[in-house]
Amino acid sequence: MATHSITLTVNGAKEQVDVASNWTLLQLLRDRLALTGTKNGCSAGECGACTVLLNGEPVNSCLVLAVEADGANVVTVEGLAHDGQLDPLQQAFIDEGAVQCGFCTPGMLLSARALLTRNPHPSEREIRQALVGNLCRCTGYARIVRAVQKAAG
Amino acid sequence: MMGRQVEQTRVVGTSVPRVDALEKVTGAARFTDDLQFGPDLLFGRVVRSPHAHARIVSIDTAAALQMPGVRAIITGADTPGFIGLYLRDRHILATDRVRQVGDPVAGVIASTEQAAEDGARAIRVEYELLPGVFDPFEAVQAGAPLIHPDLGSYDVASFLYPRPGTNISHHFRIRKGDVDGAFGRCDTILEDTYRAPQIQHVPIETHVAIARWEQTGEVTLWSATQSPFAQRSMIAAAMGIEPGNVRVIGNYIGGGFGCKAGVTMEGLAVAMARRVPGRPVKVRLTREEEFFCSFVRQALVAKVKIGATREGKVLALQVEYYWDGGAYTEYGTNITRAAGYSSTGPYFVPSVMTDSYCVYTNNPTGGPMRGFGMPEIHWSIEQVMDRLAEKLGMDRVQFRLLNCIREGQETVSGMTMHATGLSQCIKRVAKDIQWGEKEPPSAPHKLRGKGIAIMWKAPAMPRNAASEAWVVFNEDGTFNLGVGGQELGQGSFTVAAQMAAEVLGVPMDRVRVARPVDTRYSPYEWQTVASRLTWSMGNAVRAAATDARKQILDLVGRCWGETPADLDIRNGEVISYKSERSVGLDKLVICGLSMPGDRELIGGPIMGRGRFMPTYVTDLDKETGQGTHGMVHYTTGAEAVELEVDTATGQVEVLRVAAAFDVGKAINPELVKAQIEGGVVQGMSSGLFEALRLKNGEPLNSSFVDYRIVTTLDAPQEIITAVVETAQDDGPWGARGVGEHTMVPTAPAIANAIYDAIGIRFNEMPLTAEKIYLALAHKA
Ligand code: FES
Ligand code: FES
Repeated sequence: MATHSITLTVNGAKEQVDVASNWTLLQLLRDRLALTGTKNGCSAGECGACTVLLNGEPVNSCLVLAVEADGANVVTVEGLAHDGQLDPLQQAFIDEGAVQCGFCTPGMLLSARALLTRNPHPSEREIRQALVGNLCRCTGYARIVRAVQKAAG
Repeated sequence: MMGRQVEQTRVVGTSVPRVDALEKVTGAARFTDDLQFGPDLLFGRVVRSPHAHARIVSIDTAAALQMPGVRAIITGADTPGFIGLYLRDRHILATDRVRQVGDPVAGVIASTEQAAEDGARAIRVEYELLPGVFDPFEAVQAGAPLIHPDLGSYDVASFLYPRPGTNISHHFRIRKGDVDGAFGRCDTILEDTYRAPQIQHVPIETHVAIARWEQTGEVTLWSATQSPFAQRSMIAAAMGIEPGNVRVIGNYIGGGFGCKAGVTMEGLAVAMARRVPGRPVKVRLTREEEFFCSFVRQALVAKVKIGATREGKVLALQVEYYWDGGAYTEYGTNITRAAGYSSTGPYFVPSVMTDSYCVYTNNPTGGPMRGFGMPEIHWSIEQVMDRLAEKLGMDRVQFRLLNCIREGQETVSGMTMHATGLSQCIKRVAKDIQWGEKEPPSAPHKLRGKGIAIMWKAPAMPRNAASEAWVVFNEDGTFNLGVGGQELGQGSFTVAAQMAAEVLGVPMDRVRVARPVDTRYSPYEWQTVASRLTWSMGNAVRAAATDARKQILDLVGRCWGETPADLDIRNGEVISYKSERSVGLDKLVICGLSMPGDRELIGGPIMGRGRFMPTYVTDLDKETGQGTHGMVHYTTGAEAVELEVDTATGQVEVLRVAAAFDVGKAINPELVKAQIEGGVVQGMSSGLFEALRLKNGEPLNSSFVDYRIVTTLDAPQEIITAVVETAQDDGPWGARGVGEHTMVPTAPAIANAIYDAIGIRFNEMPLTAEKIYLALAHKA
């Protein structure tokens, strides 16, 4: 398998890595960069657990080839907090009890972050629409939606 | 029953934030697949049967062994031992025959995931097909293909009754009162058959296990499991090794709901690791495998006959349950038992005859899933009760209030019912859903309806299911709380910490739960199942903290010349109400105290220990299913639903759900409510969408595209939760479990509401838009 040298920015840090051409961004993040906050729930683009921001847009990182991220800016759950300060979404997820097993949480947070950046005051319907690709089996979603509303202020 | 003193508490009963929340929102929480093993790590891939029932003629591994990266291959010859929780009826790898699609036949160990996959594809297995059976009712008929001819030789728990020579692996019976006579006195009798299909738990984290066989003969297993200790004993027994040589480490779990209880795929990682000593081997189920290669919820065919007087008193019940246990019923047998001894649902019925059969088929293996049989049986009970009420011209809520079980009445298995807030729950949800008021639908092509369903469930477990806990301190007066129960998302670590903080008089931030659970260092816990942790592990935690507290107060009392009764611990300090002296815990929990005048040093490290086991549970009679205390207790509750049916599409929109459960005591009310919300939505998902579609045992929809679960857009916008607290005698601060119960009544409540809306009954789950649309078209 051919390998490629790519350069990308992950959570603000520049990385240069060699990746096989069939590697996904999810594999690169988890298996090479040890950023295991991003989860793998299906490897098929169907659960949203692997959601990260690629140049600010939410993507299922299991569907993006690592080489496609060459030159890109990637944000994972590990990059949401800044200077020891949680992202308001992270704080709201804690305060509203929006976390149970926590496996969907990183993906939810990043989808929600993309939404709030695009639309700082979404309606409940807009929040539900933005998170429809992120499956959660534990919470029933109500607290997650409430947490996003709260973080939006 | 005696009233219980309400204790004053500071931490117990408050909604402190989860102790694991910060880790989980920052991505720092470690799940099993997140552990790093470096270049040492090898990967295992499983070759699975494409056939539902076949004899293995030969396995040719020669080509695969030649492939680059392939280290070793295991087959059934490597795993001759039997494994199983209640009935040892399976091998880690199939030996002579496969009994379901997905049965593991061989395992490839390789240096990369890709190499393992390529190796697996290169293995040639020759099968000779055998006739299969795919319906539990057919499987009990004479002449059905026999799936386990050796059933009679399997090890089995004393409370299970397999019937060798048939496909019945357990038959549980209730014989209570004169059922025929009672039916004779009934004015109204109803008879019907209800069905629930196989569904899957669908945790977002699939099963994963990593095993390393040490050169010493010890084996370490990191696994996403609800049952580290049960895995230790089950895998040791199956592999012929000492349990003490098996160490299981259980990190956070990305959802379990029962499918990560017991052992399903974890033995494969251990068997593979034995071939490559010193190297960790990881096996991770794909999403497709997850759908049918661990456990599914057993399908059920329920035949129900019920009778009542014209005044509405239920007098007699006769049920037959045919559980589709699938290819192996090592765990499912006990679901059959639990369903049998709870077969009246939460009602008082004087005469009952129940036959609950666990049946082998060539479908995917059934196992525990949230509710442990209760959602399936309540699907029939709660619809039949609705129909009975209608036939009698009674209000559905009033009918339930009239017949629901009360304290002091005898349950179906002969136990005297303890205090329960069931009628309060019923009244509460009726009020919250505005029972009896009918709002107009939101559009002309929609119809609106309301429905109610109630439930009960007891923890199903052997009576020696034990819990241990310990408390040890750090120099700063903080302490580590050892537990062996798992955090699956339900909040067990948080409530355990709350209980210990309460007893020891320290703020929550002074408690650290010792994690991950590690069978080498953690105290014993049977399994994280049956919604039993808050209650059982909670009793052990309370005992451990009480033990430590006593040691601390005795020590300080001795030093100060005071009696412990005058001492207390407040905010991390021991204080005397008498002398008004105080000393911080940090001054004494490790290094002890100096007696006045520095004469001598007393004390030393404080270590509190606690345990709990429900020793008072009795057996149930084999013939009648009767016993005085066959289960520890029942948690009860009710749910009411308001929904709309779109008559143009058949689609159901659940508008509101009201739910109330009697949890005895909510240790953390917000966590209880979070459980209720999650359970309601999982119950709704099963009621409206979910079924594993099987064609001659072959799953047809094992992906998220084809097997739909509720998303943000389907979930009800409003879930009104209520917590009722009728203290439980054997629970810590009166608490009993609630995790599973919350999904039990949802599906039948939805079915009853759909009937209310469109006047059509459905006997088989799920109530898909297609099914409803066709029924509406047929009616018109
Ligand atoms: S893992 Fe990428 S969408 Fe499921
Ligand atoms: S919290 Fe468990 S899947 Fe969402």
